[in-house]
Amino acid sequence: MATLSSTFAGIKSPNPFWLASAPPTDKEYNVTRAFEAGWGGVVWKTLGLDPHIVNVNGPRYGAIWGPDRSLMGLNNIELITDRPLGKNLAEIKLVKQKYPDRAVVVSLMVPCDEASWQGILPQVEETNADGVELNFGCPHGMSERGMGSAVGQVPDYIEMVTKWVKANTRMPVIVKLTPNITDIRYPARAAKKGGADAVSLINTVSSITSVNLDTFSPEPTIDGKGTHGGYCGPAVKPIALNMVAEIARDSDTGDLPISGIGGISTWRDATEFFLLGSGNVQVCTAAMTYGFHIVNELKSGLLEWMNDKDFQDISDFSGLAVGNVTDWQNLNLNYVTKARINQDLCIKCGRCFAVCEDTSHQAIVINSGRTFEVIDEECVACNLCVNVCPVEGCITMEELQPGMLDKRTGQTVEDSQLSWTQHPNNVLACESD
Amino acid sequence: MSNSVYSPGTVPGRLSQDEYAKNFSDINPVLTPHEALVESDRCYFCYDAPCVAACPTEIDIPLFIRQISTGTPRAAAKTIFDSNILGGMCARSCPTENLCEGACVRETAEAEPVEIGRLQRFATDTIMQEKIHPYQRVPETGKKIAVIGAGPAGLACSHRLAMYGHNVEIFEKKSFLGGLNETGIATYKTVNNFAQKEIDWLLQIGGIKVHLNSPIKNMEDWKSIVHNYDAVFLGVGLNDVNSLQLDSNCITEAVHFIEDLRQASNYETIPIGKNVIVIGGGMTAIDAGVQSKLLGSENVTIAYRRSRSDMGASEHEINLALKTGVNLITNAVPLGTTGELPNTKLKLGRTEIVNGRIRHTDETIELPFDQIFLAIGQKLGWDLETLEMNGGKIVVTASGETNIPKVWAGGDCTNRGDDLTVTAVAQGRDSAEDIHRRLSN
Repeated sequence: MATLSSTFAGIKSPNPFWLASAPPTDKEYNVTRAFEAGWGGVVWKTLGLDPHIVNVNGPRYGAIWGPDRSLMGLNNIELITDRPLGKNLAEIKLVKQKYPDRAVVVSLMVPCDEASWQGILPQVEETNADGVELNFGCPHGMSERGMGSAVGQVPDYIEMVTKWVKANTRMPVIVKLTPNITDIRYPARAAKKGGADAVSLINTVSSITSVNLDTFSPEPTIDGKGTHGGYCGPAVKPIALNMVAEIARDSDTGDLPISGIGGISTWRDATEFFLLGSGNVQVCTAAMTYGFHIVNELKSGLLEWMNDKDFQDISDFSGLAVGNVTDWQNLNLNYVTKARINQDLCIKCGRCFAVCEDTSHQAIVINSGRTFEVIDEECVACNLCVNVCPVEGCITMEELQPGMLDKRTGQTVEDSQLSWTQHPNNVLACESD
Repeated sequence: MSNSVYSPGTVPGRLSQDEYAKNFSDINPVLTPHEALVESDRCYFCYDAPCVAACPTEIDIPLFIRQISTGTPRAAAKTIFDSNILGGMCARSCPTENLCEGACVRETAEAEPVEIGRLQRFATDTIMQEKIHPYQRVPETGKKIAVIGAGPAGLACSHRLAMYGHNVEIFEKKSFLGGLNETGIATYKTVNNFAQKEIDWLLQIGGIKVHLNSPIKNMEDWKSIVHNYDAVFLGVGLNDVNSLQLDSNCITEAVHFIEDLRQASNYETIPIGKNVIVIGGGMTAIDAGVQSKLLGSENVTIAYRRSRSDMGASEHEINLALKTGVNLITNAVPLGTTGELPNTKLKLGRTEIVNGRIRHTDETIELPFDQIFLAIGQKLGWDLETLEMNGGKIVVTASGETNIPKVWAGGDCTNRGDDLTVTAVAQGRDSAEDIHRRLSN
């Protein structure tokens, strides 16, 4: 029987689902509700120094919707906690006392000087919290004041601050990274060099979600003006997965524990993060969309999948997909597939035809009776028809086995592998042996 | 009034005012903006969409639904009206389950098509309630066209011709415009006098002169019209009803009953039998049967001579009748009546279908009745010596031309008609295009 219990960077929790540092974890009341609902841990909303910051008094969130107004992306301009430090610390202590089996990690953001960190860390330790997470990620508001992503965008600062923190606390230190950089490996390496016990990513992506067509101002609009916010939710998941994988497969940081964050809405999303190297995951937008009750689906789904796959423990499959993430140049060019349309499942909407004909390779034909068929001579296996088909499983990609003829190229599919590094068109190719 | 559902004979006022109001309210109310957004999200924007192919007027349905989904219902309405100027009425009266919605790929996918008819009504109602008429006439051409009959075909033809700058004169034998839109569609499908409002809205295009109470009485009238106008469009519909040899003075034509109901201002004054029998199997039979029930008749039976699957009414309409409490007897033809009021009975003979033909059996059924409605089809009842006819209908080409030069025809009066508003609109429109093309050369 599989277990969901998790140990991440030395921090134990009954399941690997933590609530990320965000509005859902700002108060004892919310966190209590989260733990009652079954969340394994929380990262308390980021604490700063007194006098506490203030938030805008107009809208804090903007959104992108998919069909039926399902929330695909959320953007926020909320800052770190706007409550006094002492009040937060007292509540953290109370909650940890009440829920000793759950993980309580405290997110921190103080100015970039060692004294500030030396000042706040003992106060956090006093709460018996399980660890700290350094917020080097927030892209809005605080970054203008030299904190958040302003630190996370400079690897040297990450290393410096991480070192200060490690030198001044016994608690595990998780460094939260911003995606608003060009190459996530540099900040991750810096965190490791600074002594971080783990990294967590991604924080939110700088964004303007929409512009009001009547007032000509970005949303959310505060008295006619708007500012970029931090984007999160299902829309950012692919960005997050890639960054997690980049760190997991980097030789410098491959052994650094990763707390995966970014658009996790279902157990499936979470499992993908685990497979790409995450040791646990943090969730925010899904809870902010549906409430805390979703954790039951996350837990039951993951557990069922683990039992199906005979995994006992999260460590059994954490990182299992990392080895399959590679550079483009290593992909096998002798691997040939063709689209296949299942006529029994086809509902004849013709979207595959429209997109292939208008925007791709003219590889689908409409036959009499409005049936759609792939022309193997033209199909480059781009997968666009699969992606636009409204019926799951109706169009699939069929692999041509070695020895079969690829009617498009007129060549027989080879049994051997051929990557770009060996391809005759690559002037820099090395001879394959 | 002291009458009730159980009062014998044919009497008015069987129900309370509240019941009448409820029974004759909008059967399929307009979607709210939120409902329209949710529903429009379901459209897959199919390539060469089957719904468009299934629409006689070929409205660009995926486009108008996308326009609704992006918050521009007025643009959606324009897309609809470009193909079908009576899109408002068609949204209410089309048997969509046999047309666009029947072809929707969502019907294939999950047996739940996109509600195209209701989305169309949402768009068209939006623009019509704002009294916006989104078309303007081009400069006048000086050409004169006579349109005979102001039903869906004549109205659609008139609007398109007027838009092209021609001067249109409508000759309508009745005292009001609309044809079957006004008289042939059940009241609960077109509440609040929608048909007349739609016509007022349509006439905003200008250039259309209306002559009411102006039938073509004889060959002299006809010859003078053909002589005096650059083109003539016949959209006279089927203005006579098929009859049945039945000896009873309790028999009414269903179309007259439906028309009276549509023109009624107070349902309380309309007499209806305790026992009503409707003879026929098309939409008119359903409309008459359902509305008899809604007026408070205790027992309503639709009797049809063939099987259920042969009925002209759509399955959706038949189910509506059954749900309303109407009885359906199939494979039964009326043979005669017996008894004196209030104890009259209709004798029906059981039929069977052999090789597609009706054969009478010995079995008979007797049903008490106070009122019988005949809904066994309509015929043209109109004959002009030189006009080529076939099966009692005017023979036309795909673009509506008759055998007489300068004369076009469309709608139910032609051999291409199929008893649908939307088909009549398409044919009126296409004739207008052809007339315009001819007059422009």
